[in-house]
Amino acid sequence: MSDGLGVREVVVRYPGAARPAVDAVSLDVPVGEVVALLGPSGCGKSSLLRAVAGLEPLAAGDVAWDGVGVTGVPVHRRGFGLLFQDGQLFGHLDVAGNVAYGLAGRPRAERAARVAELLDLVGLPGTQRRDVATLSGGERQRVALARALAPRPRLLLLDEPLSALDRSLRERLALDLRDVLVATGTTALFVTHDHDEAFAVADRVAVMDAGRLLQVAAPAALWSRPASRRVAEFLGYEAFVEVPADRDGAEPAVRALVGAVEPRPGAGTTLALAAGALVVRTGAAGAGDVVGTVTLLRSRRGRTEVVVDVPGVGRVTAFAPAGWSCEPGTSVLLRADPAAVAPLPGTWVAPDVATA
Amino acid sequence: MTTTLERARPAAPAPGPRGGGVPPGRVLFWGAAVVVPLVFLGVFFAWPVAAIVGRGFVTDGALDLGGFADVLGRPRTWRIVGQTLTQATLGTLGSVLLGVPAAYLLHRCTFPGRAAVRAFVTVPFVLPTVVVGVAFRSLLVEGGLLGGLGLGLDGTMTAIVLALVFFNTAVVVRTVGGLWERLDPRAEQAARSLGASPWRAFRTVTLPALAPAIASAASLTFLFCATAFGTVLVLGGRQFGTVETEIWVQTTQFLDLRAAAVLSVVQLVVVVAALALAGRARARTERALHLTEPVDAAHPVRLRDPFDMVAVVVTAVTVAGLIALPLVNLVVRSLRTPDGWGLGNYARLAEPADVLRVTPWEAAVTSLRVALDATVIAVLVGGLVALVVSRRPRAAAGRRAVAGLDALFMLPLGVSAVTVGFGFLVSMDRPLGLPLDLRTSGVLVPVAQAVVAVPLVVRTVLPVLRAIDPRLREAAATLGASPARVLRTVDLAVALRSLGLALGFAFAASLGEFGATSFLARPENPTLPVVIFRLLGRPGVDNYGTALAASVLLAALTAGIVAVCERLRSPGVGSSW
Repeated sequence: MSDGLGVREVVVRYPGAARPAVDAVSLDVPVGEVVALLGPSGCGKSSLLRAVAGLEPLAAGDVAWDGVGVTGVPVHRRGFGLLFQDGQLFGHLDVAGNVAYGLAGRPRAERAARVAELLDLVGLPGTQRRDVATLSGGERQRVALARALAPRPRLLLLDEPLSALDRSLRERLALDLRDVLVATGTTALFVTHDHDEAFAVADRVAVMDAGRLLQVAAPAALWSRPASRRVAEFLGYEAFVEVPADRDGAEPAVRALVGAVEPRPGAGTTLALAAGALVVRTGAAGAGDVVGTVTLLRSRRGRTEVVVDVPGVGRVTAFAPAGWSCEPGTSVLLRADPAAVAPLPGTWVAPDVATA
Repeated sequence: MTTTLERARPAAPAPGPRGGGVPPGRVLFWGAAVVVPLVFLGVFFAWPVAAIVGRGFVTDGALDLGGFADVLGRPRTWRIVGQTLTQATLGTLGSVLLGVPAAYLLHRCTFPGRAAVRAFVTVPFVLPTVVVGVAFRSLLVEGGLLGGLGLGLDGTMTAIVLALVFFNTAVVVRTVGGLWERLDPRAEQAARSLGASPWRAFRTVTLPALAPAIASAASLTFLFCATAFGTVLVLGGRQFGTVETEIWVQTTQFLDLRAAAVLSVVQLVVVVAALALAGRARARTERALHLTEPVDAAHPVRLRDPFDMVAVVVTAVTVAGLIALPLVNLVVRSLRTPDGWGLGNYARLAEPADVLRVTPWEAAVTSLRVALDATVIAVLVGGLVALVVSRRPRAAAGRRAVAGLDALFMLPLGVSAVTVGFGFLVSMDRPLGLPLDLRTSGVLVPVAQAVVAVPLVVRTVLPVLRAIDPRLREAAATLGASPARVLRTVDLAVALRSLGLALGFAFAASLGEFGATSFLARPENPTLPVVIFRLLGRPGVDNYGTALAASVLLAALTAGIVAVCERLRSPGVGSSW
């Protein structure tokens, strides 16, 4: 049997619900790896996490550690830590009391040393005697992380630990979280609805929707090879183009996109287009140029984005150089950028057949 | 849940967190936590009440509604029922009208001395009913401070209603203020920014949000007013009464136990109706409390703001006129003797008064001893009930059972103390068929007082336990805490902070308890409220003076004990009272 967490055909059902919240999901998290469970609200990712922790009963399936089933083991004997979205610090204990909660039974000196070590690790040294009510949101989550890590759980479960924080803090803490998990060699299962966060923290990302697992892959592979249209949509791919059998009769935009992808996709393949699949061409017109009508201009982090209507593709977001501008309604020339185009599998045709 | 139990799982035979294999220790603990209060309530509440109902309905083993027809056919009964409802309605209206502005001022505004005023407003709630009766009477009688004004309030319904408002304004302030403190001010600010005037924003946004708390406080106040006993007995004279005092009169003066039984059933109907309303309102309040975080939205009092101005004026009149005046007057009057000012009345506390066999001092010691026993019982039983009722079982049947227990243990709150005392009298000569007359043993007094105090303990501890986020317990479990340790380090640690308050309320309720005690106290061992009432009934200036001094002593004992208990609780922990 494998090392680490093994989730086998797990079903979680709530009383009165029409369909199970988690529907026969299987997933492995090897020791030392950080896996993100990514999905929209209500997709069942938190229910799966709670089932792994032992907080929800399984309707079917098994949860195992190192090949040994833990389904019948009560929560407190599993050795699985859990970090909640809002920290859930004990208001009647101070910071040290919270961090030491999971260290009951150890000698006092050892407890104090471990508390100090973890508060250092999360960047809050010397805060032992602070009242938790005086902590900021980010500090609370850091203390909660220290508390969850203190008993050295064999697996750490994180339930949207950053989503209650504001954006800049979230982005900074996501990196800190990754560093802490790597530094402590912690095996972790991390639930989030934010794919940037999942990509920043996890070694592998598991995409869930409607109680089912759609795809598990490393961040780069997930981005370049989404397994289905649903996964691509959730990752932010905004338009889908089917490769026509008759390329010459197709719209110029379709011809340009199909022509840009290597190896050439076969007829019937679906291409998923992310923002930037088309780029505004500012220089002289070239071969394979596509014409689109600008409907909206916006600036995002200094870069100009143009929402364009393109015949045969629909409404997509194209990138333009910083400072570039035009009036809405103007026609602009666009070229295809293969880096933001992903062919979806299933309709994938091997190159030798496709070029025939 | 059933799916979990029925599913064959040969690979993992280990016991699940729920299901067949729960450790025996846990079964034993929770079993005891449910059974002990149920047995206590069954023997000392349900059974005596059932005995009374039986007396009303059954004669010589056959169903007989003749008693009902007879008692309900008397004009006196309908006069009493009418007086009960009128007094309770007026008392409730007055308490809400004075309590809501005071709740605003004391929980939404800041001003120097706010903590002291808050504490002072709570005082009447814990004062013994007999003391309040004596205080109002000494104010209104001829020769009293307000007696000479020609108002002629002594022995009127106005006097009774004023005393009821005196008691219950605290209930409204605490219940409504507790929610008001947690209301997010941004909802009202949003309304203002949409063009609503302050009055419209209050009426359309704040008031609807407060409505559950106001309804809950009003139904509780109605309940307390409708079951008022000691105060009404002292202030009402022969003319005015409640169903409660009438039960006492029928039992002790006319010796008509069947009439008393029928009236107890009438009282039961009123109480159950009011409790059902209170329960529904309370459920909505607790839901609302879950939705909001405590916010620090208090602002300094702005006297130019008409809202604040109204609140200041109403609160000032309430505090100075309604609460302080009778209490100060009581103390002043207790110092007046036929020979001028002095401590003569207090000196007589050490002498056996009139026909009594004990001195008021001895009675005070008896009161303290009995109240201590009652408090221990009430906190044990009430604490267990709060613990059980705060659970949120996964299964629907379990949740229904918990809700049922919750409602069951609220019953003694309203089912009048007189009914409990009277019920003990008719049922405890052979409790459960045992040849043991408990009525002569003296143990019934603390037990009856505990029955009355249990709901107070439950209502104080339960909101604190319910406010614990279930995920806090889950967090503790994932950190390796066993269910027993979770209970100890999360539930108990948090509940302990409200225990001081629960102790104080239970002790105060027991110390001042008069309704049940007046039936059960042994003549050679009366409690202080009983002695005060007896002294009031005797002629002579000396007896009256001693009653005033004894009232001050009882009030001081009660207030002192509550103040000490309040010290035991951590700041910021309140209750829904």
